[in-house]
Amino acid sequence: MSVLEVKNLHVSVETEQGTKHILKGVDLVIREGEIHAIMGPNGSGKSTLAYSIAGHPKYHIDSGSVTLDGIEVLTMSVDQRARAGLFLAMQYPVEIPGVTVTNFLRTAKTAIDGVEPSIRQWVSTVNKAMADLRMDKSFAARNVNEGFSGGEKKRHEILQLELLEPKFAILDETDSGLDVDALKIVAEGVNRAKTNTGLGILLITHYTRILRYITPDFVHVFVDGRVAEEGGPELADRLEDEGYDRFLTTDNVTTDSQANERVTSQGPSETSVG
Amino acid sequence: MSAATTTNAADRLGIRAHSDGGWDAPSTRTTPVQTRSDRFSSNIHDDFAIVVGTELEWKLTPVAAVRPLIDDALDGSPYAYFVNGSPGVAVEWVDRNDARIGTAGTAEDRASANAWSSFEKALAITVSGDEPVELTLSRSSFGPSARGAHTLITAKANSRAHIVLQNDGQALLSENVEIVVEDGAQLTVVSVQEWADDAIHLASHFATVGRDARFTHVVVSLGGRVVRLNPSVHLSGDGADGELFGLYFADAGQHFEQRVYLHHQAAHTKGRVNYKGALQGVGAHTVWVGDVLIGRDAAGTDSYEQNRNLVLSEGTRADSIPNLEIETGDILGAGHASATGRFDDEQLFYLQARGISEAEARRLVVLGFLSEIVQKIGRSDLEERLQLAIDAELATGTSA
Repeated sequence: MSVLEVKNLHVSVETEQGTKHILKGVDLVIREGEIHAIMGPNGSGKSTLAYSIAGHPKYHIDSGSVTLDGIEVLTMSVDQRARAGLFLAMQYPVEIPGVTVTNFLRTAKTAIDGVEPSIRQWVSTVNKAMADLRMDKSFAARNVNEGFSGGEKKRHEILQLELLEPKFAILDETDSGLDVDALKIVAEGVNRAKTNTGLGILLITHYTRILRYITPDFVHVFVDGRVAEEGGPELADRLEDEGYDRFLTTDNVTTDSQANERVTSQGPSETSVG
Repeated sequence: MSAATTTNAADRLGIRAHSDGGWDAPSTRTTPVQTRSDRFSSNIHDDFAIVVGTELEWKLTPVAAVRPLIDDALDGSPYAYFVNGSPGVAVEWVDRNDARIGTAGTAEDRASANAWSSFEKALAITVSGDEPVELTLSRSSFGPSARGAHTLITAKANSRAHIVLQNDGQALLSENVEIVVEDGAQLTVVSVQEWADDAIHLASHFATVGRDARFTHVVVSLGGRVVRLNPSVHLSGDGADGELFGLYFADAGQHFEQRVYLHHQAAHTKGRVNYKGALQGVGAHTVWVGDVLIGRDAAGTDSYEQNRNLVLSEGTRADSIPNLEIETGDILGAGHASATGRFDDEQLFYLQARGISEAEARRLVVLGFLSEIVQKIGRSDLEERLQLAIDAELATGTSA
């Protein structure tokens, strides 16, 4: 039985205004086959948790540990973590010009498994997975994420999830920007991966909408870099009715409004870059 | 004391004449050439002034290294070559007085004029007929002495051809290549520089593209100490189409330069210029200058040029200078872009997050970056071979 365990994780990033502490002691235990939803307002550190576990160089680990079946992950390189069985479905997957989806998938599968997949079997596996996600065959010849619509990018992330068969997957706002049809297709893919491989899932989301299609075993509410409340699926229903307001207590308000302010002030610059 | 202060005030306030000009000295006032097509040209070596290295067309070139080609006598005798191709193409040496010589262009720098003054015979490649033909001209035995050469490529009306100029081995060569694409013809010329490490190669390619003709020109520079290849393409017939592509990978100590000139002379012409390069290792230097001139008769022109450079290590330099000159308002579109950047860490993270090692991820990204141009070559055997050659370049850089 595989276990992903996050213990007292503290993470900061360097900003123009100096060091900013984002995660302030996160504890989580995710077992094989479990679905954990991480919910919380913007700026609460949900994505930071995802990228810290995956090993993005921008995030500095101040203290704490992340172990996969007892082995420390935080000392591994990004690719070692992936080969150990971690997968991050990204919110904003980047374009890789000149690298076709076919080439990318085969290279990744070879890297993860340590051996090249047998050609004939691999082609049919990829074709089936693409058909399951209602992806046109022409997709395979396109360059990775180049000119993909938002929905196509997310389906491509889930395609990788199904093909690479990790032990644990972190889905970073996979639901954002999807219409309901695409959301159902993506959710089906996630559920299929769980059924087929006993995948453990950390589902990061701002909205409860995706939880209608992917039923969580546990819900954790993230506020100001910590888990503020934990419960079962009923907690998500309560959040749908009440929103995050009740978590923004006096204790949290100052820090959280700062966090929101940070996010807001990033808005225009992101837009101009995009 | 006060006099000295007065003199220095000009320096201090920065009101001196610009160092590369002399534009405002009243006695010697000179006016810069205002239009790309007005630049001085001549096929006679002595018509060009001695090159000092600060001239606009030479200031980014390692002039000391190419000096013999600019100034010295060049051996212009015929050289050995190897041809592999279809029967529909004629390859022969022709005399200096052949009527085709000088029809595609005129030398614009002293090294080009030196080659023009020196060649004894020109190598003429002539394509005729309706059937598509392929030809590879391999040149690998120029040797270490200073040489001048002249090549004439003619695609007769409505012919279709794909020609590869494959360059290997030692060379100290200045040459001119004239290309005439007659009405309705479709011609691709790919010039591949895989010279030995100490080779010096200066080349000017001149092309005229006739009515409704289509010309694709691809420069691939991977090997040599200094390679400077300047294509000038004139879209002279209505509806002519010119695609100018380039791909270069400069390692430590290599200088690859390309000064591209695309002249939209006639109406409804379409031009695309796209050069992509990678730089790796101390002293790797690339230069791309892209001049596009849309003339006053070129109504309905559609033109776009771009250059992208990927910097893979410290100690490299990429010069990228797009110039767009438009003499008529009646065009479909004209644009330019230039970007030189380091390896994208987010691409690296994405690939690594899928289990791919850093070295393999870099390889994928660089091959991907350059493959956009490789895919334009249109000859699958050459495309495959160049992918491997680029792969080898990357491997050398990683182990070094």
